This record gives sequence, structure tokens and C-alpha cells, in this order.
Amino acid sequence: MLLQGNEAVVEGALRAGCRFFAGYPITPATEISEILSVKLPQVDGTFIQMEDEIASLGAVIGASLAGVKAMTATSGPGFSLMQENLGFAIIAEVPCVIVDVMRGGPSTGLPTMPSQSDVMQARWGTHGDHPIIVLSASTVRECFDMTIQAFNLSEKFRTPVILLIDEVVGHMREKMAVPNDGEIEIFNRVKPTMPPEWYIPFEDNPSGVPPMANFGEGYRYHVTGLTHDIRGFPTSRPDEIGPFISRLHRKISQHFSEIHMAEFYETEDAEITIVAYGSVARSAKRAAIMAREKGLKVGLLKLMTVWPFMRSAVEKVLQTSKALLVPEMNMGQISREVKRVNRGMAKVFTLNKVDGTIITPQEILDRMMEIS
Amino acid sequence: MSELTKLIHKYLRHDKKFPHVWCPGCGIGIMLGALIRAIDRTGFEKDDIVLVSGIGCSGRLPVYVDFNTLHTTHGRALTFATGVKLAKPNLKVIVIMGDGDAVAIGGNHFIHAARRNIDLTAIIVNNSVYGMTGGQYSPTTPYGMRSTTTVYSNIEQDFRISELAVTAGAVFVGRGTVYHAKLLDSLIEQALLKKGFSVVEVISHCHTQYGRQNRLGSAVEMMEWQRDHALPAEKALKMKAEELKDKILIGVLIDKELPVFQEEYEKIRSRAKETVTH
Repeated sequence: MLLQGNEAVVEGALRAGCRFFAGYPITPATEISEILSVKLPQVDGTFIQMEDEIASLGAVIGASLAGVKAMTATSGPGFSLMQENLGFAIIAEVPCVIVDVMRGGPSTGLPTMPSQSDVMQARWGTHGDHPIIVLSASTVRECFDMTIQAFNLSEKFRTPVILLIDEVVGHMREKMAVPNDGEIEIFNRVKPTMPPEWYIPFEDNPSGVPPMANFGEGYRYHVTGLTHDIRGFPTSRPDEIGPFISRLHRKISQHFSEIHMAEFYETEDAEITIVAYGSVARSAKRAAIMAREKGLKVGLLKLMTVWPFMRSAVEKVLQTSKALLVPEMNMGQISREVKRVNRGMAKVFTLNKVDGTIITPQEILDRMMEIS
Repeated sequence: MSELTKLIHKYLRHDKKFPHVWCPGCGIGIMLGALIRAIDRTGFEKDDIVLVSGIGCSGRLPVYVDFNTLHTTHGRALTFATGVKLAKPNLKVIVIMGDGDAVAIGGNHFIHAARRNIDLTAIIVNNSVYGMTGGQYSPTTPYGMRSTTTVYSNIEQDFRISELAVTAGAVFVGRGTVYHAKLLDSLIEQALLKKGFSVVEVISHCHTQYGRQNRLGSAVEMMEWQRDHALPAEKALKMKAEELKDKILIGVLIDKELPVFQEEYEKIRSRAKETVTH
């Protein structure tokens, strides 16, 4: 099949079991809305165009609480409007997926041109201390796979998951083999099995993820954006708040191995390793091949999980490489994380482009020639 | 057991620690009583009711009652409720909001939920002030009144919530006051039984903040004001504009039929499936 990145997101969402979409038109994410408005009613799902992005994420959270896998798709400015309700989904532990097809900013910025400037918005856009899972796709096939992963992780850890793709990946067409159903692993939220009167909706357990009852299935409980006790009732008791907020972080941090996804390309003997994600990772791979042809030992670490930051993967290449190059279509959002992890193990160089055009393999190669 | 005790046992949560957060004399408790009596009369099962609220004094209401309850972000209750209802149309979704929730921060959601005719019941407690944050003026604070952010005087005109709902397309709109408790029971019951977007505006009082700052007296005196200024909507039809100044029209303001979103969407599903088979 010849598919566009945004189309692959739709195919992935439907295969993951998504049956609810609420959104608001915004370039360059609109195709996701348009296609789902056609396809969701065909499978007894629901599509609704809301009055804004605030309402879109609100409706998505409501649908998920009622037991239907739900998502929205947007771009930078719309994603900003979603930030308050994103925090709600985190504290109330409601699974949902938000796709952000990144364009240039700030503000209306460059609606039709690519950027990677929402990496930090995805991490820290909403208020308060919170963990977050953010994935990134660099190919059409990854748009499909990572959308499924986003749903699986959100259901598994009862948390919103953000999928970042940039305008290039969203609008690019590539050949993609659609896998059979048996080849795809789908995870559905763990529901309570005990009688309703025994159900304690936010009680801790070894996984840190309490079973989730859907509205209307006999487990009547309270969901709130206030800090709550294990029954879901608002609390201002320090001995209840501390363990609750800690659990929200722990349920992510103790499962890094299930969340972290990366691709190592010829990094074993690399003297320079490029650390890249999204469409830039495509140029980076080409640049690595071109560099090898010239006799330079270059590898690529492609980050598919952006947050929580893949410290261990980056440390691995820091230990074996003399230098790291982090090309990004922003002023340096992931390179700072790489520098933070570095602690003198290797030299870290950046290549930043913010003019609305892609970073080409030649530009990455030129930068490597400068630093090697 | 008296009727009241039976209702308390049936609908209030046993595992939630009382007392509640509301000030003594607050009107929200009267509204809660009316809501419970109306639900009991309509016969909806507790498992099938989802009670959604926003932020503020009224936002705290769902925590006390034994339904599926959802306390959302400020002004966004209707958006969450829309998602719940569309995902599981068999659920009865009721939304509790304050005046700030419904027509300030959530004004956009309010008019669009009404326009779409989503099958929800919205109950708005209008006490003309932001009570929980300490008495700032709201979009329903009348001209010339005092609040902690209009200490010299409010120079803005106030929203009429029910009239706004009618204009935005709600199929049922009723207004009552917490003084007219029996009318409130009946308005909420009618709203719950109505298919489509139904609104009940509940005129209440905040003697703690609004009343104190404007020297309007105790809760009882503010309720007497409601009694003296309320006028059945059908009587107002024959009266002149100047006679209606300072009056609150109570009763059913509109009750009409329009296509309901969910039923229309079922038709869309059928059409979408036809395009797949052909």
C-alpha cells in the first residue's frame, strides 16, 4: 500500500482499537480527522468535530472513561490548548492518545512547514510535576506501528501518550506492507475483577497501575483532577498526596524497558554517532551511509521514544563514540538532554535548523566533516 | 424510615467523609436535594447515571453522590460529558456547572453543546459570583454590584443564562430558584426525561461572598428576595418591559423538538457502512 504518514496513523489507530476521535481542523494534521470521519462510523466508532482543541481532548477523556479507546490529532497551537486537559488525563490516569504533527512556531508560525519544536512542549507543556510518554515516528510504517504502541502504552500504564510526527513524515507517501492481525500485539486496559464493593479505584499495587473500571459497568467511583486518596476522593493530607504523586511517577519509571524504543544503526564501531528522531533521522541515516563511503566511522541512534528520555541508550553510544552529533529542526531541545547525560564522556555537537526546511543528508555530512 | 432518610441512604455515598464543603445556608444543597428527588422519580439506575461537574462550589457536588462521578477541569464539564455520552449512549449524563463554568470559561462549550443537541442535561447553579475563590464578579453579576474585583462597581452587563441557552438551540430550558424547591424538582425531572440538550438554570445565592459585599443580608433574606422577584414565565407574556425589570422569569422557557445528535449519528453509521459494501 502507498500511504501518507497521516493515513498510516489512522490505519494504526483503527487496528489498535480506537473507536472515538474528537478534533479540530489544523494544518498539517487535518487528514487524520478527515479520514477518521469517513472510517470510524463504518466500524461503529464515533467521530466528532468539536468547537476547539480544549473541547477535543475533553471529549476524548470522557470517551475513554466510558471504556472506548480514544484519540485526537493536532499541531503546535492546538496542542497548547490541550495542555490543561492533558494534565487532567495524567492525574486522573485516563488512557488516551494525542498525535501532534509538528509545524514551525511559535504562534501561527509556519503551518505548512516542518519543525521539531514541540519536543519540550510535549514534555513540560502542562503544569505540575508529571511523567509523560512521548513517541516519535520517522517513516510511514513507524506512523502505523507507533500509533499502535501509543495506544498500547496508554492502556497499559493508564496515561496519555503523545505521538510526535513532523510535517514531512505526516505528508510523505511511502510503500508500506500492512501487517496481518495476528502479527500485531494489542493491549487493552486491565479491568477490575473483584465485586464492586471491594474495588478501590486508585490503590497501589506492584505495577503501580490500578485496574480501571469503565463508567456504566457497575463500579461507581469518583474521578477528579484534585489530588485524591486511593478511593478517588479529594485529599489535602500530606501522607496521602506524597504516595499518590510518587506512584504516578513510579508507574512510568519502573517500566522504562517496556517504554523505551530506539534503533541502533552501525553504532558499535562508530567514532561519531548521530542522535536523531523524526524526519531528521532519515537524513541522518543517509548521511551515515555517505560518511562510511568516505571512510568515516559514523553510526546513528534513532530515538523512537522521546520521553521519558532514553538515558541508557544515549549513555551506550557516549561510551563508545568520540563525538555525538544531534541534528534537530529546533534550537536544541533534545541536544540539551544529551549534554545533560554526557558528563564528559564524549563531545556533543549540534546542528540546528529553524527556517522551515528539512535538514538534508549533505548538511549533516558537512557538519560531521567540520567536527571530525 | 422517612422518605428523606430513604433517599439519603440510597443516593449519598457511604464511604465519603462528610461534612460537605458548602457554607451553612448555601443553595447548592437544595439543588442537590431536588436533583436526587428528580432522579428517584425518573427511575434511572445509579449504575447508568454519570454526573459530571466543573470547578467551583458546584463542582464539588458529584463527590457526595453514589453515581459514576467525574469532576473535570474549569468550564470543560460539557466536553467530557459529550465524550462519555457518545461513547456509551445508554448512560444518562448530567452536568453540574456554576455560572463561571457555564458562561465564562466554558461559554463556548455551552453554546456548542446546545447547538449540537447532544443528549445531556445541564444544571447551572447561578449565584452571580465566583464564590470559592472569594467573591470575584462573574458574567452574571448584575450591573452596579460590588465584588472583590469590582470594589468600585461592576460596569459590565450580565448574561441571562436561560435566554442564551434558548438562543443557542437547547430543546428544553427551565429556570427555577432554590426558594421554589418544588418547581426545581419538576424542572429537573422534565429536563432528565427530555431527549436532547436540556438546561435547568437554578438561581441561587452566595450570602458568604456576594451577599456580604453587597449588604444583601443572610441566606434567608436572600431567598426571600428570590421569592419576591420571581415571576412565572407564562405571566410575563402579558406584561410590559418596565414591569419585568428586576424580575426573574421562572418555569419552562422552551420545550421543543429537534434532531438529537446520537440518533442522527446512527444514520451516519448506516450510510458509512453502505459505502463500504458497495
